[in-house]
Amino acid sequence: MVMLNLILILLVGGLVAALSERFGEKVPRQVALAVILIDLLYLLTHLWGMDGLSQLQAPVVNDPATWLMHFKTPWIPAFGISIELALDGISLLMLILTLVLGMVAVSSSWTDINHRQGFFEANLLWTLAGVLGVFMALDLLLFFLFWEVMLIPMYLMIAIWGHENRAYASMKFFIFTQVSGLLLLVSILALAGINHSASGVWSFSYFDLLNTHMTAGAAHWLMLGFFIAFVVKLPGFPFHTWLPDAHTQAPTAGSVILAGILLKTGAYGLIRFAVPLFPEAAINFSGIAIALGVVGIIYGAVLAFAQTDFKRLVAYSSVSHMGFVLLGVYAWNELALQGAVMQMVAHGFSTAALFMIAGSLQERLHTRDMREMGGLWQQMPRMGAVTMFFIVASLGLPGLGNFVAEFLVLLGLFQVDPWVTAIAALGLITGAIYSLILMQRSFQGQPKDKWVDLGTADFAGREMLTMAVMMLALIALGIYPQPVLDTAQPVLQSLIEMVAVEIAP
Amino acid sequence: MNSSQLLALMPVLILSLSAFVLMVQASIKRDSSVALIITALGFLASLGAVGYAGDYTQSVTVLMVVDHWGLFFTALILLASLVTLWLSSDKFILEAERKEEFYLLLVLSVLGAVVLIQSSHMLGLLLGMELMGVALYAMIAFPERGLLPLEAAIKYLVPSACASAILLFGFALVYAATGDLSYAGMGAKIADGFEQNPLVLVAGAAMVLAGLGFKLSVVPFHMWTPDVYEGAPTAITGYLATVSKGAVFVALTRLYMDAQLYLYGSLTNALVVIALASMLVGNWLALRQENIKRLLAYSSIAHFGYLLVVLIAYAFALKVSASTQLISQSITFYLAAYMVTTLAAFAVVANVAGEDQSKTNISAFEGLFWSRRIQASALTVAMLSFAGIPLTAGFIGKFYIINVSIESELWLLLGTLVIGSAIAIYYYLRVVFAMTKKSLESAEQDHKKNFISQDAVALILLLGVLLLGTWPQPFIDLAGSL
Repeated sequence: MVMLNLILILLVGGLVAALSERFGEKVPRQVALAVILIDLLYLLTHLWGMDGLSQLQAPVVNDPATWLMHFKTPWIPAFGISIELALDGISLLMLILTLVLGMVAVSSSWTDINHRQGFFEANLLWTLAGVLGVFMALDLLLFFLFWEVMLIPMYLMIAIWGHENRAYASMKFFIFTQVSGLLLLVSILALAGINHSASGVWSFSYFDLLNTHMTAGAAHWLMLGFFIAFVVKLPGFPFHTWLPDAHTQAPTAGSVILAGILLKTGAYGLIRFAVPLFPEAAINFSGIAIALGVVGIIYGAVLAFAQTDFKRLVAYSSVSHMGFVLLGVYAWNELALQGAVMQMVAHGFSTAALFMIAGSLQERLHTRDMREMGGLWQQMPRMGAVTMFFIVASLGLPGLGNFVAEFLVLLGLFQVDPWVTAIAALGLITGAIYSLILMQRSFQGQPKDKWVDLGTADFAGREMLTMAVMMLALIALGIYPQPVLDTAQPVLQSLIEMVAVEIAP
Repeated sequence: MNSSQLLALMPVLILSLSAFVLMVQASIKRDSSVALIITALGFLASLGAVGYAGDYTQSVTVLMVVDHWGLFFTALILLASLVTLWLSSDKFILEAERKEEFYLLLVLSVLGAVVLIQSSHMLGLLLGMELMGVALYAMIAFPERGLLPLEAAIKYLVPSACASAILLFGFALVYAATGDLSYAGMGAKIADGFEQNPLVLVAGAAMVLAGLGFKLSVVPFHMWTPDVYEGAPTAITGYLATVSKGAVFVALTRLYMDAQLYLYGSLTNALVVIALASMLVGNWLALRQENIKRLLAYSSIAHFGYLLVVLIAYAFALKVSASTQLISQSITFYLAAYMVTTLAAFAVVANVAGEDQSKTNISAFEGLFWSRRIQASALTVAMLSFAGIPLTAGFIGKFYIINVSIESELWLLLGTLVIGSAIAIYYYLRVVFAMTKKSLESAEQDHKKNFISQDAVALILLLGVLLLGTWPQPFIDLAGSL
């Protein structure tokens, strides 16, 4: 019930936020912030109540009783579809990341959105509700439902509050994700159909489908359906082309949610579904997946370097960074998977912060073009310093979260394929190049005359507070990553063991 | 005919009676609001009779069969007709001086649709289809002003008459080969007939399919659809898209299954081609439409392509020994979902655009989100349901069709369905995007402010689409027990 309530709080909260607009245009964002905070506190208090998280220690993936929480109630019994939610270490991390970044998104929409604030905050909360559902649903059809439905409020956010080219961007975003979603649906139904013809019972439960036996050919095709759906969302090369458009055109809060959270649903899907459901097919496919990951890292970095649009550069850097997640998942050993999970969290914070900075710049300068910027540090020293922090975080400076993540992925991958690791490591260098060029073009150099009289344009209290939260998170992840690793480790170990057992005979 | 047969036929009889009462009323005192009430009462009474008739399921004469499946669709059609009545009640005030005839035509047309659904004999099929069709031509041409309705009516009338002729010729050929005109009788003798006169039988069945395919507007019999959809009064377009097409599809399904047409490979192949072409052409042509009624016309072509996949799956299910139970459920659910969704879409178009043809362009819907929220929400949900997004009726329908085609291993059709749906997302979203555009001030001038009756009908249909999508279990149980 706790998990259902987490989603319901956000859904109802969205409705309240939409209606609260009549009490003043500042009310919806306050309501939204309060709702997310309540949701987070609700989650944390319930975790506190559970014997010091001791249940995190030994989950067995295919036994729901060992999970942190498990909830199941029938929904469409005719097809064995149920509302089945469950929580383990990985989903817990993702839940907390979602809610914290949700608050960041609300904060970044504080002054950015100046019409129909109520409906905007409602869409934001509904997107978060969908994402929470994706991270908790373990009935495959329910998962698909959340997977698709979370896109509609996101689509509306881009289509209504987006920038100049929003029609094109929102349409592209929706079509890419929906078409890949259709493939996912066909794969899910085929998987359930295979299970049905073997056992005579319709079921979409993760736990029932985990050990479905099928021919290698069928497994390969179904795995591809899952893989494409998740890699489009990730996004991995060559399915990444929707991302720069969607990110660039979305309002700041939308970009924060897209980059910080929505991309992680793809990575989560790979770890939770694509590999464990089709272990043999996935391992056979890992060579191609790793190649796509490496290409994504290098290609994303090269494209990022070529951009003149601040947001587009950050968007392409996401393609590059998420390539590491793909590597981490398909290297499929504990170190690499730890790195992938770590990257999901760290990249969430660093990119969300960069998008928020981009949004603040656009709000002040009314442009995202870096050729128009330059020397902004003079006018906005606080913003400059903050940007510098997140730039070096994103390029992987040791001591910050992203370094731990990428290092772990490379370390894990080295055991699988040293040569590919060497190529992937180039991503760290290219990352440094495009990150520093971003800093140089916007904040350093000769100040432009037209920005001299910007006045009090620097970050103020609310923005500094939001940034401080994310900085602290990245520093904590970089210096003492153990709690995150400990939370994810038992789940990952259990997954690896299960896959090994599946493949062995 | 004994009393239990009379009770079984009661829905049909009540409709006939209300047609009679309407004529008598018109001869005593011409008053359109009285006629409206009589029509509504007639539909409601017939709907009530459907509930009773469920206890007396049987064959009534050789022409008709009253069974649960048919009664279910009878009820659905009566509900759709009530919505049509609701939508047209205030639409004709400006359009025509006298409008009692309209209600008479509507009742007759619904009567035809119900007969069509319950027929078990070629003659019943023809009777029902012609009664439904002839009344419909007049309904399309009903507005006195404007040339478009007249154009639409003629464009529908002429090819429709040809289609009927082809259908009749088809019946004659099938009769020549089998010597029977009842579906079941044909089914029993069709194997013999096929051995003796394979060419005559297949040609006859193909002509029957072509005749019915015209009414369903599947490719290549679809040419009339966009013009008729655009020209007809919007409420009637909704009626044409739901009641008329739905009833014909039910009749086609009965014929296909009872007369065992699925046994013939060449016929199934023809259906495969029609389904593939409908899915691709319908969705492809819808991309370029600027008028929402034309867009919905092409989208309905595609949707009947999806529905044909289920019929084809029936033929293949027998080969791979998959369950046919799921297949009849799929037709029931998809058709019901399609009808509710289509009604929702046309209700909004009728409410927002009125009968002003220039306002049925997609651009006329800009800003609807901010000026008329309920209408915009209903149209958004309808579009998402057409596109098959979860939580809407259309998703469960698509779930069924994908499931059925996986069970019957129809990979080519499934792939085309995925491609077609992918294309469809674009044009459905265009409508949604148009509604989100523009600011409040300009939108408010364009759209008349709220009408309670209009918002009520949109809200009811909106909730219907969502209810079928979020809590389909009761409906699945119902469909399963038919």
